[in-house]
Amino acid sequence: MTNKNENIVSLKDIRNKTVRAFAIFFLLIIAALFGWHWLNHQPEDNGIPGPLRTVLNGNENLFSNYIYSLHNSSKAYSPADAAPRVRVNGDAGLGDDFDTAAWKLQVVRKPGDTLFISLDEIKALPKTEVIFDFKCIEGWSQITHWSGVKFSDFLNKYNLTSQSAMNYVGLNTPDKKYYVGIDTRSILHPQTLLCYEMNGKPLPMNQGYPLRLIIPVKYGIKHLKRIGTIFFSNTKPKDYWYERGYDYYSGL
Amino acid sequence: MQQMKKIVKKHPLAIRWFHWINFPVLAIMIWSGLLIYWANDIYRLGWGTTTVLKFFPDSFNKALNIPFRLAEGMSFHFVFMWLFAINGFIYVTYLFFSGEWKLIFPNKKSLKESWLVILHDLHIRKGLPPQKKYNAAQRIAYTGVIVMGFGSLITGIAIYKPVQFKTICALLGGYEWARIEHFTLTILFTLFFIVHIIQVILAGWNNFRGMVAGFEVVPATTVPPVANEAIEEPVTIMNKQKNS
Repeated sequence: MTNKNENIVSLKDIRNKTVRAFAIFFLLIIAALFGWHWLNHQPEDNGIPGPLRTVLNGNENLFSNYIYSLHNSSKAYSPADAAPRVRVNGDAGLGDDFDTAAWKLQVVRKPGDTLFISLDEIKALPKTEVIFDFKCIEGWSQITHWSGVKFSDFLNKYNLTSQSAMNYVGLNTPDKKYYVGIDTRSILHPQTLLCYEMNGKPLPMNQGYPLRLIIPVKYGIKHLKRIGTIFFSNTKPKDYWYERGYDYYSGL
Repeated sequence: MQQMKKIVKKHPLAIRWFHWINFPVLAIMIWSGLLIYWANDIYRLGWGTTTVLKFFPDSFNKALNIPFRLAEGMSFHFVFMWLFAINGFIYVTYLFFSGEWKLIFPNKKSLKESWLVILHDLHIRKGLPPQKKYNAAQRIAYTGVIVMGFGSLITGIAIYKPVQFKTICALLGGYEWARIEHFTLTILFTLFFIVHIIQVILAGWNNFRGMVAGFEVVPATTVPPVANEAIEEPVTIMNKQKNS
């Protein structure tokens, strides 16, 4: 008959207990609503409330330092799996006033010291193929087939190893209207390409002819089309979508 | 003489905290998930070219102000995911160490009895099988949402970092399947929520108060006679008898 979970109490006592519990409950609800209001009205850091950005940067530290590994690669597919019609999703930085004949890749070794490299010189380097499930930050994905020179091979060939000891690599389109920043760990991944072919043919203009980045450990927003300049930095280079509220890291 | 009632402790304070933290956090996860899903809103119920239900109709998106907020959705999702995961992890740990799991996990009789509970709730059958804190249908439902929460976490990780956690992603059937599973679990959560709210309303005030104040008032069938002076202050007879 007796049970430590049972009590005989007066109605008044029940009322007091109830009122006290609900007073605390409503105070916590009000505190939560204030917290929500506070969070949404903090000064913005690149398009989102500052505290959210702080946590996203913390996520970046966690994943890039403790989870990311050069040995974790995007699953490789065979050419037959690749979609013949490749989705085109963005044209920022791909303006019409572009002289393909005059194009050379610019690599800033240090301020005032820029390498100019032609497409033929890049094509002369060892060729690597990557067939992988391309993932857009919007949520769709598509198996696509790319070839070019492995970014790490390119760095070795042009003696850019001291530059690649820096934390970040920045890439711009020739008109500087699209730009991304990528952590060097990810750019050194063996699947990262300076890419000049899609489905075994030269890149179409809308896929970034003459040269684009393919980096399967990142969302599509980082796969910059029509590379103009590459540079190295210890601080985060400007990033187009980061400025518009997206995660800087955007790693997969 | 004051009227006396018997109250029974129902939900420990810890469980009430887990419950009421989870409610807004899960709401934010679902809302921010909708902002993310909108950017590639390809799911529907139907066959061939016939669509019974599009996820989601334009009117739904418009009413909830969902379009063109992908970046915002992702930022909230990847912040509040930590609260959802940590709260859920501590909750499950608590269930195991407190022994509460014995009251919530289904037992051998639960499957059969849950059918009787459903018949009772639909007013087809009178009377419920004897139960402890939760009836058989509640045991299955509440254990089910724990499993669903874990499922949301795992499918979410598979979509969030499909390359770093590619084994998990592959076990779930690949990236696109993981996204479908993550979405389906969200729909199931909202269905659970709707049924839960209806049941809470039907169960009434005493039951709801249990999740806020922690106790439930039960008919005091065997109140022992008490001397008048003992009633001057709130009486806890059982404690006075040192039986606790």
